[in-house]
Order: sequence, then structure tokens, then C-alpha cells
Amino acid sequence: MEVLLAFMIGTLYASGIYMILRRSLVKLIIGIILIGNGANLLIFLLGRIAKGSPPIIPGDSKVFIEAYSDPLPQALILTAIVISFGLQSFAIILVKRAHKVVKTDDLDEMNATDEFS
Amino acid sequence: MIEQLLIYPLLLQMALAIILMFAWNNTSTQKFISISGSTLNLALAVYLLMYVWQNGTQTVQAGNWEAPFGITFVADTFSATLVLLTAIAGLAVSSFSSGSVIPPRLKFGYFPIFHFLLLGLNGAFLTGDIFNLYVWFEIIIITSFVLLTIGGEKAQLEGAVKYFTLNILASVIFLTAIAVLYGLTGSLNMADLAAQVAAVENRTLVQVNALLFLVGFGIKAAVFPLYFWLPASYHTPPSAVSSIFGGLLTKVGVYALIRVFTLIFELDNLLENVLLVIAVLTLFSGAIGAIVQNNIRKIFSYLVICHIGYMIAGLGMMTEVAIAGAVFYLIHDIIVKTNLFMVSGVIYKLKANHNIKKLGDIYADFPKMSLLFVIPLFSLVGIPPLSGFWPKLSLIGAGWDTENYVVIGSILFASFVTLFVIVKLWGEVFWKNGEKLPELRNFPYFKTLTSVQKVQMVAPIVFLGLVSLYIGFAAENIQQLASRIAFELLDNQEYIDAVLNSAKK
Repeated sequence: MEVLLAFMIGTLYASGIYMILRRSLVKLIIGIILIGNGANLLIFLLGRIAKGSPPIIPGDSKVFIEAYSDPLPQALILTAIVISFGLQSFAIILVKRAHKVVKTDDLDEMNATDEFS
Repeated sequence: MIEQLLIYPLLLQMALAIILMFAWNNTSTQKFISISGSTLNLALAVYLLMYVWQNGTQTVQAGNWEAPFGITFVADTFSATLVLLTAIAGLAVSSFSSGSVIPPRLKFGYFPIFHFLLLGLNGAFLTGDIFNLYVWFEIIIITSFVLLTIGGEKAQLEGAVKYFTLNILASVIFLTAIAVLYGLTGSLNMADLAAQVAAVENRTLVQVNALLFLVGFGIKAAVFPLYFWLPASYHTPPSAVSSIFGGLLTKVGVYALIRVFTLIFELDNLLENVLLVIAVLTLFSGAIGAIVQNNIRKIFSYLVICHIGYMIAGLGMMTEVAIAGAVFYLIHDIIVKTNLFMVSGVIYKLKANHNIKKLGDIYADFPKMSLLFVIPLFSLVGIPPLSGFWPKLSLIGAGWDTENYVVIGSILFASFVTLFVIVKLWGEVFWKNGEKLPELRNFPYFKTLTSVQKVQMVAPIVFLGLVSLYIGFAAENIQQLASRIAFELLDNQEYIDAVLNSAKK
């Protein structure tokens, strides 16, 4: 399971970066979403995956007896997902406005601010 | 009550932002609340620094969770100093925004967002938890996106696309680094990480992790190969926005780099060399970029990049003198860069142009104002009694001690180029007989503004100019502060003890 997830995360990062490097604005957003999800899954994976062992102390004891899955990464992912959701929705609106005003979705033509004047 | 002193700047900024939202359309109320709230914040920040100076590092455990488990807020001298600088720059820019930003922009929630940005900055400086630092960084970038795009002009949107993409990439890299760090150590508290990271056996992975942090923060700090978003975007929004960005946003990246590489990671040879190479290249590329540009704000943008190099060089040399120099430069740079972008804003209001080839005559037309602009411009260069001179002295001294002659050479080179650029700017903009610029209709020229607005625009420049003069003429006090910060950063035991043992006290 870990190996499978590791490959998946790698694929998500790779395809995200590939999409960011494309010239189209829409593909830029798709790239950002993919790479963001890759990072979230990475946190999930690095918190060690354990099946069927919630971090709950059994009723008849005072401390954990067996190994348990770490709950903190999930809280972190939740935060990160909410933040990336906000950023992605901002990105979509920004790109829509930029497309409307600049009248192109080709990043190579969006170079007015870099031009020498 | 006093134990929680260090989160009051955060609470105040959040309260201000929320109150301001209730006065959404009433811009004059917003201006009043923003300026008076920022003044209050300044008083609070001064008090915080004095308190920390006398009583040592302060901590607050959020929700009373003991240190390595809950989120900790820490104010050591470094954090308290930066909170004070944020408050100074925040007050100046708040007043400058009231005078210069046009009402249609103010009606889209400019001031609430501005105070959320200051909240994010304060939070980033005060937090002692690495994931919490990520959250503050996100608050900073989300608000900066909004400030950058308010108004929706073509150039703004084009700049914003680049700014947005690279900053979000930096956040993802930062998040990845946190994930790997958590996987290695199982902790997020920075003071706890200091001990945990040293105990990790897989040193290669620690090194890779450190480099991930370097790249993530490096994009935010705009160091050499990662700075291209900065000159593409900083000259597009209103000058008030550029000045808070130029003064503080890249400096948060520098702060995070200094914090992470003094507290969590030990600098080894490889990292030191990487930092020094980056510093030298940043100094060169920023300086050369500044020479060729003609747009005032683009010149200042490249100078922002160039001068980040000084601080990275100080961090890379990693001696007490070098860190003190870097911290002193940070203090000087925040004040001066904020001021410079405000100066560019006043020049724009005077002449409705940003191109130094077309500008001219400002000294002939506005002699008193020109003399005021001398202070930030020549403080930046570092003509001896002014503020830029003293940190360079420390940095060059440290370079001599550690035998980094290339670094000394590039520090001198960057200083000379800064001098050249500022003298060129002075000659072109202030002394040259400019061409007759066409009078624009509907443009809010400086002379058409009300006298209140004029005061609101010029007073912050005077204020920050006075702060710069203080830094220059009372350099001993600032040097004392910087030395103490450097001592605390290098001998991080006080920070760790303050965080981990606060419950036992």
C-alpha cells in the first residue's frame, strides 16, 4: 500500500509540474491542483498508514497498549485541503479575469509586465 | 494578562480587520480606524519589545496544551523586533494608503485585507510551530494576491498570474518539506524539532529536507534563480501596496530562512556553500537588473532582490558578527524599502509617469520634497552616517574573518552598483530638465489632492525617514539589539528552554 501510494504521489507531483510548465492558463490551474493533492497525500503517507487501529485508549486501560495510527497528519491535511481549496478557487477567478482582460490564454503572450520599457 | 502580551498584536490586527469590514463602503471611517488602530499597534509592539528585552523570551501555549503537542507562540528578541518593524511599516503604509489609493479600490475592502496581511506577518514572526508558520504564510499570500489584483488592470492581472503561480509552488514545496520533516521526527514544534532533527540517523534525508526548506523560503525571499515573480509583479499595484510588499513580504522569507537554519537545521559545509553562492549570485543579478531598468518601481524591485543577497550572505557565513550584520541589514532594509516605494508613489502622483527617461525637474519644481527624498535614497546606498553603512561593515568584517573574499567582493560590487543606480536616478528624475509631459485628464495629480491627503502621503515618508536617521545615527543601539539577536539565534538554548520548560516555571 505504501509503495503504491508513493508511486501515486510521485506521479501527481510530476504531472502537476508538467502541467504548470505548459503554456495554457487552464492547464496551469490543473497543474496547481494536482501538485497540491500530491502534497496532501504525502503528509498522509508520512504519518504512517495503519489499518484498523484508531488512536483511542481502550476503556479498561489508561495508556495505549498497541500501535495506533497518528491522528495529527489528518488534521494537517484537513487544514491544507481547506487552504488549497481557497487558493484554487481564487486561481480560477484570477485566470478567468486575466483571460477576459488580456484576451489570450497563452502564457507566452502574457509578457507585458516583463517587457523592457 | 501580561503573560499573553505577545498575542495581543495578533488579536488587535484581527479585530481591526473585522471591525473594518463593518464599515465596508464608508472609506473615511475605514481610514480613521486603520490609522488609529495601527498607532495603537505600534505602541503595543514597542511595549512588547521592551518587555522581551528586559524579561527574556516569552511564550504562550495555545489552549494550554503543553509545548511539543500544542501550538506555541514565541517572542524572542528577533520576533519582537520584527513585530515592531511590521508595526512601523504598517502605520506608515496605512497612512499612505489613506492619502494615495483611489476610492474605488478602497471600496473593495482594501483596508480589511491590508490588516489581515499584517495579521499574517505578525503571526509568521511570532509562531513557534512549523505547520502554523505554513498557515500564516498562506494568510500572507492570499491577502497579497487580493491586494495585488484589486482594481483589475491588465498589468496587475498579468503580474498576478506569475506572482500567484510561483508563490503557490513555494507553498507546496514548503508543505512537502514539512511532511518529510514530520515523517522523520514526528514533531512540529520548532524548539522540539531542534533536538529531534539532530538525533535523526538518516543525515542525507535531513539534508534533502533542509534544501526543500531552502527552495520554499527562497522563492518567497526572492533569491537568485527563484526571483522572477518579483520584478514581474511589484510594479503593477498601487504604490501603497508595492511599499508594504517591498518592505515586508520578501523579508518574511528571509526571517523564515534565518529561523529554520539557526534553530532546526545545523548548517553543514554544503549548505553554507549553497547559501553563499546564492547570496553572491543574488547580489550580482539584482544589481545588474537594476542598472538596465527605466521604470522607477522596477529599479526598486531589482534593488529589493539585490539587497536580499546581503542577508543571505550573513546567514551563510554563520558567525555571530555575520548574523548580527544580516539582522541589522534586515532592520534597515524593511524601513528603507517601504519608504522608497512610497517615494516612487509620490513621484508618480507629481508627474503621472514612472519612466526615468521622461521624468525630470522634480528638484526644480519641488525642492523641499526632493530634500526629503534624499534620506531614503541615500540611506539605501549607505553613505556613512546613514543606516545602510553599518550592517555592511559587520558583513565585510565577518567575510574577512571567515576568509570569504568573493563574498566581500560581491558585497562591495553591489554597494557600488546601488550607489550608481541611485545617483543615476537622482540625476535623471530630480536634476535633469525633463520633457514636457502631457497633462492627463482625470488623473489625481498631487496638487489636486486635499491638504489632508497630502499630509497623509508625506507624513509617513517623514516618519520612516526619521526612523532611518535614528538607525543611522544611533547605530550603537541597533547594533546592540542585533548582537543580542545574533547571540540568541546561535545559542538557541534559551529559546528551547523557554518553549519546552515554560509549564514548569
